Amino acid sequence: MQSLSNRAKKLEKKPMTLAERAYLPAIFQGLTITMQHFFRAATKKQITIRYPEETRPFSPVFRGLHVLKRDEQGRERCTACGLCAVACPAEAITMVAGERKKGEQNLYREEKYAVSYEINMLRCIFCGLCEEACPKAAVYLQADKMAPPRYERDEFIYGKDRLVEPVAPDNRSKRGIQLTPEQAEKLRGQMQSA
Amino acid sequence: MSLESLGWQGLVILVVFGVSLLIATYCTYAERVIAAFLQDRVGPDRAGPFGLAQPLADAVKLFTKEEFFPSGANKALFIFGPCLAMITALMSSAVIPFGSFLKFGTTIVHLQGIEINVGMLYVFGIVSLGVYGIMIGGWASNNKFSLLGAIRAASQNISYELAMGLALIAVLMMSGSLSLRDITLQQSVPGEWQFWNIVKQPLGFIIFIVCAFAETNRTPFDLPECETELVGGYHTEYSSMKMGLYLFAEYVNVFVASAVMSVIYFGGFNFPFQYELRGWLSSSQGLSLDAAQNIVAILGVVSVFAKIFAFIFFFMWVRWTLPRFRYDQLMRLGWTILIPLAIFNILLTGGLITTGIIPEIKHWW
Repeated sequence: MQSLSNRAKKLEKKPMTLAERAYLPAIFQGLTITMQHFFRAATKKQITIRYPEETRPFSPVFRGLHVLKRDEQGRERCTACGLCAVACPAEAITMVAGERKKGEQNLYREEKYAVSYEINMLRCIFCGLCEEACPKAAVYLQADKMAPPRYERDEFIYGKDRLVEPVAPDNRSKRGIQLTPEQAEKLRGQMQSA
Repeated sequence: MSLESLGWQGLVILVVFGVSLLIATYCTYAERVIAAFLQDRVGPDRAGPFGLAQPLADAVKLFTKEEFFPSGANKALFIFGPCLAMITALMSSAVIPFGSFLKFGTTIVHLQGIEINVGMLYVFGIVSLGVYGIMIGGWASNNKFSLLGAIRAASQNISYELAMGLALIAVLMMSGSLSLRDITLQQSVPGEWQFWNIVKQPLGFIIFIVCAFAETNRTPFDLPECETELVGGYHTEYSSMKMGLYLFAEYVNVFVASAVMSVIYFGGFNFPFQYELRGWLSSSQGLSLDAAQNIVAILGVVSVFAKIFAFIFFFMWVRWTLPRFRYDQLMRLGWTILIPLAIFNILLTGGLITTGIIPEIKHWW
C-alpha cells in the first residue's frame, strides 16, 4: 500500500547475534544499571520524604483548610452575607446569621454576624471560590494546613469552633492568609503575568 | 569418635542451624532494603535502628495471623508441605564446611556439621527432596493455581537439576572426591600456587549459578510463585506461619546454594596467603601452632561467610534487575542450552585433564 505521509519505515526483523542470544552481556548491562542505582541510593541523599518527621513543603498558593479571619482588634470579620455559600460549587458551606447584641462590639465587627458557620470538608473541593467571593476578607484557605483524616463523617463538618482563628495573634497561621484583598489581587496579577 | 568430640560436633550443628535461621531471617530484611536501594527507595526503616527489628515485626505478624484451611484441602498434607520444605532446606547445610578446624589441646573441632565422603551427593539428594514440600503443599491446597505452581516447580527443578549435576561432574572429575571438605582443601595447597575452581571451571560455574537460581525458585526463574499468572503459585492458599515457613525455606535455600557455590567454586574457607599467615603467626609472633591454626580457622569462617553474603547479595541483585522468563523459554534454556553446554564442559574438562593442562590434584592433607 502506498504510504501517505512517507514516514512509515519498513523494519526488517534481524536475527539475533550470538552475544544477544547468549543473554549474559545484556544481563551484565542490566546489572550495572541497577548497581548504579544502588550506590546512588546508598550514598546520595534520597528523594524520599519520610512523612511524619519530614513534610513536603507546600506551595505558597496552596489551598488548604479554611480559616475565618479576625480583624486587627480580634473581631470576627464574617457578616454572614452568604456569598461564599452561593459561590461554593460543591455546596459545602452553610451558615445561620444573627444580629449583634449590645456589648458584643468587641466580638463581631459588623452588626450582623454568623451564629453558626459550617463547612463540610467532605463536600469541599478546595477551589477557593469562597475566598474570592468574600467581600469582608473573612474566609481564607490556608496555604499550610490540610483537612486531616478522621474516622467519622460528622467530624468532617467543621463548625466555628474549628474555623475561626484563635484570638492570640501568635497562634494564627503564618502564611498565605494575612493578605488583604488588595494584596491578594496584586499577587494574583503577578501569578497570571508569570 | 569420642563422646567429647561428639558433643562438640553437636554444638557445631546447633550453631550452623541457628546461623542458617538467622541469615534467612535477615535475608528478608536485606531483600527489602536491597530492592529499595536498587529502585531509588528507602526500604523498611521504622522498626528499630535502620529497621533492623523488621524481621521480628514480620514474625510477630505471621504468627498472629489467622490459620486458614481451604475447604477440600487435605489437612495433613497441607500442614506437612511447608514443614517438609523447611526441614529439607535446613538439612542441606549440615555437610557444608564453614571452616577448617579448631584445636584445643587434644580435641579437634571440625567447623562442619558432619563430614561425609558423599557430601555433594547428600546436598543434591536433599535439595531435590525440597521440591516435594512445594508439590505437596500445592497439591493439598485444592486450588488450581497452587497445583499449577507445584507442577511448574517440579518440572523446573527436575530439568535444572540435570544441568546442575552435569556441571558438577566436571568439578568431580578434577577433584576425584564428593566430599565438600576435600573439594575445599584441594583449592589451596600449602606452599603452592593453587587457583580456586572458578578459574578452572568458568563455564561450569555459569551453568551452576543459573541452575541454582532455578533450584531456589528465584527470579528470573520464579515461575512456581509467578504472581502475575498464578496469584501466589504454590503458596496461594497459605496463611500465617505456614506461609512464613515457605518464604523462609526459600531464603534458607538461597543461603545453602550460596554456601555450596562458595565452597565448590570459590575456595570455601580458604583465603589467600592463609598458610603464610599461620606460619608467620606461629614463628615470628610467638603464638603456639594451635593458636595460630585457630586464628586462621576463624578468619576462614569469616572468609566463607563473606563469600556467602556476596552470593546472597547477587541473588537479590539479579532478582531486582531481571524480568521473569516465560515458561517455554525456561524449558528451552534448560534442556537445549544448559544441558548440552554442561556436557560440552565435561568433554572439555576431560580433554584438559588428559592433556595435563589441568594438573592432577594431590591428596596433600
